[in-house]
Amino acid sequence: MTPDAALKIEWEPKIIAFCCQYCAYSAADMAGSMRLQYPTDVEIVLIPCTGRFDVILALKAFENGADGVYVAGCLEGNCHFLDGNIRARKRVGMLKGELAAIGFGPERVEMYNLSASQGPKFAEIAREFTERIAGLGPSPIKRPADAGNPGES
Amino acid sequence: MTKTLKSASKLEKVLASGAFAVTGELGPPRNAKAKEVEDKAKFLLGNVDSVNVTDNQTAVVRMSSLAASLIAQKQGLEANMQMVCRDRNRIAMQSDILGAAALGINNLLILSGDHQTFGDHPDAKNVYDLDSINLIRALRNMRDEGRLMSGQEIPEDARPRLFIGAAYNPFADPQDYRVLRAKKKVDAGVDFMQSQCIYDMDRFRKFMAKAVDMGLTEKAYFLAGVTPLKSLGMARYMKNNVPGITMPDSYIERLKGVPKERQASEGIRMACEQIDEFKETKGVSGVHLMLVEWEHMVPTIVKEASLLPRPQV
Amino acid sequence: MIIAERKPIEEIKTFVMGRKRVLVVGCRGCVTVCNAGGTKEVGILASLLRLEAAKDGEGTVVDELTLERQCDPEYIEELSELMGGRYDCVLSMACSIGPQFISRRYPGESVFPALNTCFLGGALAHGIWAEHCQACGNCVIHKFGGLCPISRCSKSLLNGPCGGSAGGKCEVSKDIDCVWHLIVEKIESEGRMGEFLGIELVKDWRPSRDGGPRKIVREELLK
Repeated sequence: MTPDAALKIEWEPKIIAFCCQYCAYSAADMAGSMRLQYPTDVEIVLIPCTGRFDVILALKAFENGADGVYVAGCLEGNCHFLDGNIRARKRVGMLKGELAAIGFGPERVEMYNLSASQGPKFAEIAREFTERIAGLGPSPIKRPADAGNPGES
Repeated sequence: MTKTLKSASKLEKVLASGAFAVTGELGPPRNAKAKEVEDKAKFLLGNVDSVNVTDNQTAVVRMSSLAASLIAQKQGLEANMQMVCRDRNRIAMQSDILGAAALGINNLLILSGDHQTFGDHPDAKNVYDLDSINLIRALRNMRDEGRLMSGQEIPEDARPRLFIGAAYNPFADPQDYRVLRAKKKVDAGVDFMQSQCIYDMDRFRKFMAKAVDMGLTEKAYFLAGVTPLKSLGMARYMKNNVPGITMPDSYIERLKGVPKERQASEGIRMACEQIDEFKETKGVSGVHLMLVEWEHMVPTIVKEASLLPRPQV
Repeated sequence: MIIAERKPIEEIKTFVMGRKRVLVVGCRGCVTVCNAGGTKEVGILASLLRLEAAKDGEGTVVDELTLERQCDPEYIEELSELMGGRYDCVLSMACSIGPQFISRRYPGESVFPALNTCFLGGALAHGIWAEHCQACGNCVIHKFGGLCPISRCSKSLLNGPCGGSAGGKCEVSKDIDCVWHLIVEKIESEGRMGEFLGIELVKDWRPSRDGGPRKIVREELLK
């Protein structure tokens, strides 16, 4: 194992997932009851609908040390509030643009869609996004010293 | 100052030769009568090196400066066509510059232009797409770089070879900024500068000394503006009503001491005294005589100020 | 209302560059309504600037404050305790009146506009605003079926539409409705074409910006 790879394993990405109560949050429950494995680095924030998601929530998460943020809402066309998930996707798109403009890495934020019955999909999303962030490394606001010292985050 | 000529201008040749240049001014009529231009031109012919043809001066509609310039040139004068930024956008101004150069105009004097509220169409929209400094820059680039503002190339043999003029005003406010603004025009590419009418010689001397210090007079020719006072009434009017002109009390006092019928000749004498000083002032390359609607006095003043004969170049 | 939009972050970064204490000031007037410079947008810009600075390892402080209005000296006064050396950069998220009022009241402060003031308009839908007025100072919309040709015709024609009108769209862009097409349709539908056929004579532009910067003084309101 190379020293770089060792560092990456040592560092634990901190990920915030804004999950809609009607789908992603329920899917997370199901994943739990199915005892599916997914990374423990993902912290779930319950929101009533991804329509409640706002760019400032993601920005605050990043300011507070998140390495990645994703929003998980209902399948498109199945939003309980008609188009909350469509709006959330646009906000995520706008946020990607802003993050790119400050050189923060637009890949650190993403939008996913799934239904309440897709427990395995929830676990897959969590794994996929965590791998992506692990590949990107720590948030650019973390000093190299912080990044190599998982105990302190 | 580089003596390589930038244009086909006779005025430029006179200035480059080191002779003290004389320019005049001609206001086109408020009608389509060429003869009015021709009549005014007669007084100027042989007495000035080049004549400014105003562009709808004081925002009053007049025959176009291009047309009147061409009429004046037919009479044997060299026109210094004025162009103001008030009435045309960059498309029209560049187009008129190309047209003027094609028709044999050699000098172009660029001004912001009086606001239309002063003129006979106060209800008009104004343009001011470019300001005078940007228009100077645009023309310099057309001539020297062979580029329109769009970047479109003008072939070497088809560029408007115009001698570029602008105005400077040592008397407007803010005072200390005036010479810096003149510098902007020089930096933008102006070749010669004509001033607003000068009466306050003290302030003019200070301005000129600063311009010389800053090296501006090495980069452009500075002409001093002269308008003889016709009467005490005119002196008072200018003192109280014309923005950007300062009239020292000494002028008023001197005219007060002269009977009314001799005030005009006293005014001419005062102007000649000024011209004598300008000839000796470092940085001043000539005079610009503005005898608006008093063109017939031009022969008198150039004679009395010993500005004749004009050099043949 | 005045419609504005935030400048690109790249441009705002050039204002902030090298400055360690930044105050982002929002406005609860028009720019809150058009989602350009209210409390929320102040929060987003400030957060982006903090992330940007932290990323580069700079200890920049970015504070946030939103005033009731920035076009009124009364509210600009609320900044007085914060000015005078506490910040080395003030980013106003009001229309351009805000940063002008702030820098006039607090000379010496480095004040920057974080918004581009775009036009006078209204919301066609949430997230869509369109120009409806040019503040020409002499409203004539009643002559044109309640539509403004001054602001909404690309050529401000008084006797349109021009030859470039096609399919109800302006020759400048198919995203622009030809207001003259709309005017003619409206007049026709109201059965008023007969009274609409006279030549609309030139406009007096003096009450507009062309007459010089404008000011209104209402004696009865003065103290």
